[in-house]
Order: sequence, then C-alpha cells, then structure tokens
Amino acid sequence: MNLEVNLAGIKLKNPVTVASGTFGYGREFSDFYDLGKIGAVITKGTSLKPKNGNKPPRVCETPAGMLNAIGLQNPGVEYFAQNDLPFLRKFDTKIIVNACGNTVEDYVELCRILNTLDIDGVELNLSCPNVKQGCLAFGTTYEGVKNVTSQCRKVLDKPLIVKLTPNVTDITETAKAVEDAGADGVSLINTLLGMVIDIDKKRPVLANNTGGLSGPAIKPVAVRMVYQVAQKVNIPILGLGGIVSGDDAVEFMLAGAKAVSIGCGNFADPYAAPKAVEGIESYLKKHNIEDVNEIIGKVQMN
Amino acid sequence: MPKVQVLSKLVKTEKLKEDIFKFSVEAKEIVAQAKIGQFIEIRVTDSVEPFLRRPISIHNLDKENGILEFIFQVKGKGTTILSKKKEGDLIDIIGPLGYGTFDYSKFQKLGIIGGGIGIFPLYELAKEAKKDGKNVNTYLGFRNKDLVILEKEFDEVSNNLVIATDDGSYGKNGFAINFLKEDIENGKIDSIYACGPLPMLRAVKDLAVELNIPCQVSLEEKMACGMGTCVGCSVKTAQSPKDNPEYVNVCKAGPVFDANYVEF
Repeated sequence: MNLEVNLAGIKLKNPVTVASGTFGYGREFSDFYDLGKIGAVITKGTSLKPKNGNKPPRVCETPAGMLNAIGLQNPGVEYFAQNDLPFLRKFDTKIIVNACGNTVEDYVELCRILNTLDIDGVELNLSCPNVKQGCLAFGTTYEGVKNVTSQCRKVLDKPLIVKLTPNVTDITETAKAVEDAGADGVSLINTLLGMVIDIDKKRPVLANNTGGLSGPAIKPVAVRMVYQVAQKVNIPILGLGGIVSGDDAVEFMLAGAKAVSIGCGNFADPYAAPKAVEGIESYLKKHNIEDVNEIIGKVQMN
Repeated sequence: MPKVQVLSKLVKTEKLKEDIFKFSVEAKEIVAQAKIGQFIEIRVTDSVEPFLRRPISIHNLDKENGILEFIFQVKGKGTTILSKKKEGDLIDIIGPLGYGTFDYSKFQKLGIIGGGIGIFPLYELAKEAKKDGKNVNTYLGFRNKDLVILEKEFDEVSNNLVIATDDGSYGKNGFAINFLKEDIENGKIDSIYACGPLPMLRAVKDLAVELNIPCQVSLEEKMACGMGTCVGCSVKTAQSPKDNPEYVNVCKAGPVFDANYVEF
C-alpha cells in the first residue's frame, strides 16, 4: 500500500502532518511517539524577531472546539534555527516552517533566512486572526495575497505553501492569488474569528476579546472550502480544520486535499496524528485501494 | 522519564462534599516519576464534546502501590462527566505535567497556606515535607464552616494546623494569612508555599516581599494542551517591560513558581 504523497514538491511518507501552533517545535510530543511516524511537522508560527504574544486568558473551550488568541508568541527564527531545527532534524520527517510577520518586508526577510536553513518547505501564514499587524492585513484580498506571496517567491527556492484564512467572502479568490503568484501549494483553513462572552462578568472570556475558532466544530466549513478551492486551482491543497481521526483525514482528501494537518486534535489526544495515519490505512484496506493518491478529490457531488 | 498517557483504573471514589470528589487511580508510570506540585490532564470522554482535557492537581501519591489521588469540584461539563465515573472505569490521563514544582529542600520551618479548593495539591507537599523531618505549619482558609474540608488529613501531615474561616463559623476567625503572618513574625516560618484563589495568592506574595521570606505559589490559568505547545496558559514575568510584557506558561514553567518571578 502506498501512503506517500507529494505535497508542493515535498515528499511526505504519509499525508498526515501536524498544524502550526498545535505542536510547538515537536519536543513535547516526542515524549509520546517517534515524530518519524508522521508526514511532516509544521512548526509554530515563527517570525523574524521573538514575539511575546497576547495578554491571557488566551484560550477558551467552545462546543466541540476551542478559541485561541495566542498572538503568535514564538522565539524568533534565529532561536529556531539554533535550537529547534537540530532537534527536529533527528526525526525522519519533513519540516515545514510556518512563517509570519508584520510587514511585507518582514515576510521577505524571513523567507530569505529560511531559504538558507535545512528545512523542507515554508508555510506562509497570511491568516492569523489574533495579531494587529500583518497576516490578515494582506490575507483577505486577491491583491494582498498575490503581492506578499510573489515577493516571498522571489527569494525562496524551497517549496512555498500559503495558509489562507476562512474569514473572507470567497476563499477561492485568495487561493487563486496564491497560485498566480507562483507558490507551490495552499493550506486551508486557518481559524474562524469568534468570540465567547462570560455572561456573569459581561465581558469576553479572552483578553483579546476575539480569537480563532478551531476543532471539530469547524470541520464542515473547512471541508466545503477545500472542495471549492480544489475546483478552482491546480496547486496541491493541505487541508485542515477540526481533523481528529483517519476518517476525518479521508474526508478532506476526498474533497481535494493532497495532505492534511491535525490541529488542536493533538491536545485532546496526543496520539491523534499517528492514529490518523493508521485510520487512513484501514480505510484504504477496507475499500481495496492500493495508493492513497487515488482518493484525492474523488468525492462525487450529488 | 517523560510524561505518559495512560488508561488508569479508577479504584476508589469518595464524595467529600456535595460537589467535591476524591478519585484514586492506578497510575504506576505517573506516580513513579511525579514531583510535588505537578498536575495531570484528564480526558473525560472519547467524543469531541467536551473537547479539551481537564488539568487537575495531584493531591496524593501512594508511591508504594502506584496509586494517584486527585480531588476536583464539579464546575462544568467536564467535571460533571468525570464525577459520574465508577470504580473500575478506565480514565485517560496524561502526566505528570509541569516542570515548576514545590522545593523545600533548603528550608526547615515551612509555612503552607491554602484557600478553598486550592488546598488539594498542598497535601502531598505537607506529607513529604513532614516525612523529611521538616517543621510543617499549615494554614487553610475557607469562607465558612460548610466549606471546610480535609481537616483530619492535613492535621496528620502537619506539625501545626490552623483552620480559619472568613466568617468565624469554624476554627479561627479571619483570613488564614493573618495567622501565617503572626507565626512568621514570631520566627516560626522560614519559607512559604501557597495555592488558592488569586486575591489570597497576591496577599501572600505581598506578605512574603514585606517580610523578605522565600515564597512559592501554585498558579492556575485556562489551558488547552497542558504541556507547553499551545502557549495558551500564560503568566507575565515580573521583570519584563510594561510595554512589551514577556510570558511563561503555567503548564510548563509552572504550575509552581517563585512568587517574585511572576506577576499575577
């Protein structure tokens, strides 16, 4: 049975990756399993300089999911290169760095640095809803996405994937911008902007007031968007949003995703990602399918 | 040895109050390596609702038999489901978690102070400290008589136990910190260990600063992962600049901190 997929020029031993911001830089999860069991680790959103993040409370549980407003707290690319990258390299898995910045110049400079590192690809984060600058500032329009992606493309020889926000009228527009800018792949969806109110305090629970909604609650939205984007672009899609099992992963692949990411599902079950790999295998066995690539985009609409 | 995920057999349930339960689980791998002040994360259901694990402090470790005890108050969906588990059920637990733990090794005359349901993790601390020959002075505060809990248990592991109620309906009248303060001033205490509601912890920190006594506090914050990856459960470091505060995670750097290190 073949589980290998080629995501934007990155050969993954299986289609299961872990989503940015839910896996740190892999250390905490390496206590539980060999990270070589999964296709790729997508790192915590990493910026040019260290970032301290937002005021707490930063997280809050919601029905079948959670809200977060971390604010991209990270140690910066230099620290990552010196401390986390050598650690991650010990495992037989691909390393994709989620890159974020405040300005177009930040993104470009960061990509210039990432291009020199021993990593397998870059996921450009144009979709974090919890920071005042950057991300959403360019991530919601065709022009904005195309501009920053094209400029990063110029300095980055490694595979370039762009992560999109669902907080737009038509996600196929921004996905098209990614393709037109010459990127190798697109990942979707980032979190949906949400708010939870403490009715006794009459105030939002999160100090940031709003945050990004993730978890099984958003899965149908994500599946729909992956399907729509798959009809519109030819570059491969990394699908995510509420995946907690192999069956969920298969659903995204049928909708058109070439690979998937497990996000906050890692929090509920630290073994969610390797279990999803097994789940995909069982599905293929059950349906007598030899190659996982055969299920990509194979949903038949009613 | 690293943290582990285990399916632990629930061997004993006790209802301590209408809404407070004490569970004993078989968790040899966790018990063998757990340090004082650490916590566990419990998944109460296999379904996706409620979605996240519940962080709960370790109350007592029976190292000999590999039994871990935790006490929780029923507050919402997760703890309601948990409270309905029966003896013999398997509970999905990750632990031990947290690198910031209670450390009394350099001290002799311990002042352990807890308030309300914050007293639970202090039991293991008092027990071990007393075993190590320390002079253990424990101060437990409650709003009123009805809420007083674990008096006998703490009495057994303390050289001196003060129970205080805010309304004077049981034990000494007033906040527990007042009695801790008296004893510090009388030279009976050389270090403080605290867990409880934030206003109490802030008052304890102020007292420790005022009287120049080393103080450790166990903090709580809303958590998602509980092991340092989501960086959700942040607390500000005291030395960081006001306009660009720096944060550490309660789940990883804590839950126990030197009171001077963090601002809460």
